[in-house]
Amino acid sequence: MSFKGADVVSIRDLSREQIEQVMDLAEELVPYATGEKSTRAMEGKILGNLFFEPSTRTRLSFETAMLRLGGRFIEIAQPQSSSVVKGETLADTIRMVEGYADAIVLRHPHEGAARLAAKYCSKPVINAGDGAGQHPTQTILDLFTIRQQANGIADKNVVLVGDLKYGRTAHSLAEALGMFGANLMFVAPPLLQMPKETIKHLEKNGITPRLSSSLEEVISDADILYVTRIQRERFPDPAEYIKVAGSYRVDNALLREAKKDLVIMHPLPRVDEIAPEVDHTDNAKYFHQAFNGVPVRMALIMLVLGGEL
Amino acid sequence: MKDFRVTPIRNGTVIDHIDCGQALKVLRIIGITDSVRSTVSVLLHVPSKKDGWKDVIKVEDRELDTKEVDKISLIAPKATINIIRDFNVAEKFNVKLPDVAKGIVRCGNPNCITNMDEPVETEFIVESKDPIVLRCLYCDRIQEDVADRVV
Repeated sequence: MSFKGADVVSIRDLSREQIEQVMDLAEELVPYATGEKSTRAMEGKILGNLFFEPSTRTRLSFETAMLRLGGRFIEIAQPQSSSVVKGETLADTIRMVEGYADAIVLRHPHEGAARLAAKYCSKPVINAGDGAGQHPTQTILDLFTIRQQANGIADKNVVLVGDLKYGRTAHSLAEALGMFGANLMFVAPPLLQMPKETIKHLEKNGITPRLSSSLEEVISDADILYVTRIQRERFPDPAEYIKVAGSYRVDNALLREAKKDLVIMHPLPRVDEIAPEVDHTDNAKYFHQAFNGVPVRMALIMLVLGGEL
Repeated sequence: MKDFRVTPIRNGTVIDHIDCGQALKVLRIIGITDSVRSTVSVLLHVPSKKDGWKDVIKVEDRELDTKEVDKISLIAPKATINIIRDFNVAEKFNVKLPDVAKGIVRCGNPNCITNMDEPVETEFIVESKDPIVLRCLYCDRIQEDVADRVV
């Protein structure tokens, strides 16, 4: 299926085959992403990176991706220095940048911004996160990392732990993992457990996730442990936060109960949900996961702009 | 002779089979305010042959357009619209919730881009008609209490 000219707004817009197509190309692009090989596939193309909200990994990896492909980018990285502060609507900004770039990457604080941008823009729009909404490139790079590090996704036991209620990227990842046939386990304090809506959606597709509030209870079964941050502001009582956050901390003592080849992932930034001592184990794959943002985004750029290696 | 609670109208619209208690909301969404120049009759809690009780609205000298009918479907999905011309029912149809509700509801998510000053009409996918479940095409949120946010 052709991606050329398509928008990437929500993971739900993509079929399993399309996601596989992105991952296959990303795999092929790994040596180009590391700089081992070089390509001019996107020579003469310009990517418009519009970041209306602070971002480190996503912005840098999109920039790196475009540069590694031999293309260039223009950017709004500090919205306070752009026409947005003069009250320009997003619809206007998009139609202006459309004249300067071949594709647009958008990070925006409001949910639905990327869908709106795609509506106004005749060039491809890639959603790089809209508020608490969708972040499809993160979902694909997470799937890619699991496929790469655990040799496949189907039938793997994936444990998602942390704030599963408010983190919409956790919902998208769960749905996508369900689509690929993974066994899902959701570990969170009852207050932050996966929303019923997401669980219903999974069950409709024949997936019955296992729910637990104890990491110790499920750790020995896990093939992949996907850790997300529990945010302090979710708890009115700071003492309660410390107690809850502490009980989901991943450290070497916990790993003694785990499978030898457990893959630990985290979208980063982490605060203290993974102890630094874990970084030295072979299980720690979160920095590799962050690197995978480059080949995956290279693949998406190439697919929507229609380039060849 | 038949005993009429409200007399028949010559020209206009009769909105029948409104869910009991919803008539005042329907009035609001079709824009019946102090400034209307024709007679509007509202019947609250009248017996219905179809089922139990219902509300009825009669608006004289006005025919509703499609958008107004779409809005009514969100609040009173069982309502029927009768267009009256010269005391006769010229047209009669049931309100029908469209598959996509465009520009008739505000999104309940305050952080949704459609609630900012963007030149965009709201759009919702109708995921279920009974009960009414809408999903915002933009922010993807499932909408609750739709009746309060009909524009």
